[in-house]
Amino acid sequence: MKKIYIYSTFIITAIVLYACTKQVQGRTDNLPALAPTNADLNAGAWKTILLKRPDTFAVAAPLAVSNVNYVAELNEIKGLQKNLTNTQNANINYWAAGGVLRWNETMRELVAKYNLPPYQNADGTYPIPSSANPFAYPLFPFANPPYAARAYAYISAAQYDALVACWYYKKFYNRPAPSTTDVGIVAKAGASQLPSYPSEAAVIAGVTAEMMKLFFPTEIGAIEEKAKLHEDAAIMSGAATRSDVVAGEALGRQIAQVFIARGRTDNAGKAVGTPTDWANFETNTKAKGEIPWISQDNPKRPGMLPLYGNVVPFLFDTATSRALVPAAPPLTASDEMKKQVAEVYSYTNNPTSENWKLVLFWGDGVGTYTPPGHWNAIASEDFIKLNLSEVKWARNLALLNMSLMDAGIVCWKTKYTYYNPRPSQMDPRIKTLTGLPNFPSYISGHSTFSGAAATILGYLVPNRAADYTQMANDASKSRLVGGLHYRADCEIGLQVGAQVGQYAINKAKLDGAN
Amino acid sequence: MKLSNYYKSTVLAVAALFAMHTAMAQTDQDAIMMNKNQFCTGLMYGTSSWNKYWEGTNYRENLNLGTVSSNSVSVMGNYGIKDNLNVLFNAPYLSNKASAGVLHGVSGVQDLSAWIKWMPIEKDLKHGTFSLYLLAGASTPITDYVVDYLPLSIGLKSNTLSGRVMLDYQLNKFFATASETYTFRSNATIERNAYYTTQAYLTNQVSMPAVNTLNFRTGFRSDWLIAEAVLTDSKTLGGFDIAKNNMPFPSNEMNATSVGVNFKYEIPKVAGLSLVGGGNHVIDGRNVGQSTGYYGGLFYILNFSKKAKTKTVANSSSTQKK
Repeated sequence: MKKIYIYSTFIITAIVLYACTKQVQGRTDNLPALAPTNADLNAGAWKTILLKRPDTFAVAAPLAVSNVNYVAELNEIKGLQKNLTNTQNANINYWAAGGVLRWNETMRELVAKYNLPPYQNADGTYPIPSSANPFAYPLFPFANPPYAARAYAYISAAQYDALVACWYYKKFYNRPAPSTTDVGIVAKAGASQLPSYPSEAAVIAGVTAEMMKLFFPTEIGAIEEKAKLHEDAAIMSGAATRSDVVAGEALGRQIAQVFIARGRTDNAGKAVGTPTDWANFETNTKAKGEIPWISQDNPKRPGMLPLYGNVVPFLFDTATSRALVPAAPPLTASDEMKKQVAEVYSYTNNPTSENWKLVLFWGDGVGTYTPPGHWNAIASEDFIKLNLSEVKWARNLALLNMSLMDAGIVCWKTKYTYYNPRPSQMDPRIKTLTGLPNFPSYISGHSTFSGAAATILGYLVPNRAADYTQMANDASKSRLVGGLHYRADCEIGLQVGAQVGQYAINKAKLDGAN
Repeated sequence: MKLSNYYKSTVLAVAALFAMHTAMAQTDQDAIMMNKNQFCTGLMYGTSSWNKYWEGTNYRENLNLGTVSSNSVSVMGNYGIKDNLNVLFNAPYLSNKASAGVLHGVSGVQDLSAWIKWMPIEKDLKHGTFSLYLLAGASTPITDYVVDYLPLSIGLKSNTLSGRVMLDYQLNKFFATASETYTFRSNATIERNAYYTTQAYLTNQVSMPAVNTLNFRTGFRSDWLIAEAVLTDSKTLGGFDIAKNNMPFPSNEMNATSVGVNFKYEIPKVAGLSLVGGGNHVIDGRNVGQSTGYYGGLFYILNFSKKAKTKTVANSSSTQKK
C-alpha cells in the first residue's frame, strides 16, 4: 500500500513537472543581433524600384554632434540605458535580429489571421470584404494567396526603396552612431560602422506602417504601436538618437506614398469582377466546347479574384504578363485529360501517409500565410544565416516578393483564360487531401509561385539552389498527389513560375547590389 | 463497488468531437473491478455523427462537410492484478468521413491508452457501500496518422497522462458514481512548420491545453444487469476559439457536455459472456461537433487463476463479492 502511495506521488510530480516545462519555441524567437558582414555603405546608389532618385524626398541636414540639442539626445539614450526593464531589453533583442525580418514575420502573421473566406449570406450569396468598411463582416481583407502575394510585394518593394534612400542620406550626412560619438552609450544591438542619420529602423517602421494602412486597415492601431516599439528599440539599444528616428520615420512614410499611389491604380481594386464577368467566363468556355470550371464550394462561390490577372506587374509590363500565359491545357474531352484525371485518382484513392504529410506541409490554405508566405519563411530563415545588411535583406525580399506577385498575376490570368475544371469536378470520386481552393485548375498556383521563388532564391543564395528546386518540386507534387491538380497544371506552373523568376534575376543583375 | 467477474460496458463516448476524445472507454470510468487473475476482453463497435458544431460559441452547420461521421472498432481489455488493482487498455480503429464537400475521409488505428485502476477504500456503511478509486492513465499514438486535418483527423497525436479520482456509492441495486479527471497533453506535432492560433508560431510543435472532465453516472447495478444514465462535462483548460469560417485546430478550446445511457447484460447461458450497448448526445459545446453516438459490444472473461477457475466461472453471474 505504501509503495503505491509513493508511486502515485512520483507519477503526479512527474506529470506536473512535465506540464510546467512544455513550451513552444519558434525558430526565430531567440536570434542573435544582426551583424552584417557587409554594411553596404554604397547602397544609396543601388537601383530603386519606383523612386526616380534616392533623394526624391529631402531629408534635412542633421545637427552637428557638438550641438547641445544633439548632446541632449545622447543623454536621453544614456538615461534610458540606465533603467532598462526586462520588457525593454526583450524588445531590443527582438528587433536586433533585423527590422526587415521582423516586419516580414508580422506581415505573414497578418496574412494568416485574415486568410479566411467569407461565410455565406442567408440567401446563398457571399458578402465581399470592403476596404471602405473594413470592420464590418466580412473583415477586410480576405488575405488569400493573390492578395497576400501583392501585399508582400508592395511592402517589401517599398521597404527596399526607402532603405536605399536611407543609405543614400546616411552616407551623404555621415553622422556617426551614438556609441561612436559618446563612449557612455552601449551598443546593445551590436556596434555598427553605419552612419546613424536617418535611422534605418525608423525608415523601415515608417514605410511599413504606412503601407500596412492600405493592406490591413483594421490593424493600423496595432501596427503603429509596433512601429513605435521598433523605434524605441533603436534608441534604447544605442543605435539611433531621437532625431535619427524622426528623420527616418518621415522619410519612410513619404516613400510609402509612392507605392500606395501605385497600389490604388494597379487594377487590384477591380480584381473581384462583377456577376457579368463571372458569367462570361463560363459562357466563353462553353462556347469553345470545353467543360467550364464550377465552384465546388457549397453554396457555389464566385471564383477567387477572377480579374487579378489584370493587375499591373512589377517585373515586366502587362503585355509581357499576357505573353507569359502558357498554351491551353489538354481539352477536357481528350484522352490526355482522361489519363491525367485517372492519375490524380490513383494518388487519392488510397493515399499514402508520406504523400498526405507532403500535402499538409505545403497546404498553405485557409488560415495560413499562403504559399507566398511559405516562401518568405523559407527565404528569411536562409537570409538570417547570411548576415545581410537591412538594405540587402530588403532588396532580396523585394525581388522574391515581386516574383511571387507577378507569378500570381500570370497564373491567375491563365486560370481565368482557360477556366479549366478541377480533377474533383471531372471525377467526383476524387477526394482531396487538403482544402480545395475555389478557382480554376490550370495552372497550379502553388507550382507557379514555387517555380518563381525557387528561381530567384537560387540566384540570391546559389549554394541552396538545388534545395529550392527540390522544395518547389515538392510543393508542386503535393498538389497532384493531394488531388487538387493534374500533372499538366503542376508542370506548366513550375515552368511559368521559373520564367517569371528569370525576370527578377535579370533585374537583380542590374541593381548594383551584387 | 467490486463485482466478481463483472465486466462493465465500454463506450466510445464522443467520437469525432473534433478527435479530442475519440475513444473514451467507460471501463476506466466506472466503479467496477475485475477480480484477481481475471482478464476481460472484447470488441466494441461505435458510430457517431454530427451535422452542426460550435465555432467558438457560434452554432452552425457547414455545407462543405454535411454530416461528419465516425465509425470505430476497439479492442479492449481489463486484467485483475489484485481484486482491488486492475490494468486496462484500449486501442481503437477509426474511420471518419464527411458526407458533403470534397475532403477525403481518414481511417486508421489511433492511440493506445492504458489505465491503472486502484480501489484503496471500500467501506460498508449503515446503508449501502462506499468506495474510492484512484486511476492513472496514459495514451500514445500507435500509428502515423495525419493530425492537421481537423475535423476529419482521427486523433491529435499527443501523448497524454491522466489522473482520476472516483467516488461510488451503492445502495441495494442502485448506485451513483462521480469522477473528476485531469489530463495533461504533450505538444502535438503537426505536418506544417508554421501556424497561426491567435498569434503566429514558427514551429511544428503545438502546445496542447490540459483537459478536465467531470463524470456522473447513476442507475441500476446488479450482477447480471447494469443500466445507467451518464452526464459528462469535459473542458480544455485553455485553447482558443475557431475564427469565423476557419477550420478547427488541435489546440482549440474544446468543451463538451454530453448525456448518455449505457447497459450491460450478462448472458445467463454462457458464463463470462456479456453484451454492452448505449448511446450519448452532446447537449452543449464549444469548438466541437454536436455528436450523437451509439455503440455496442461483446465481452468475455478469461480466468488465469488455476485454483479459482471453476469457482469463478460458477460465480460469474452470481453474487457480489465482498
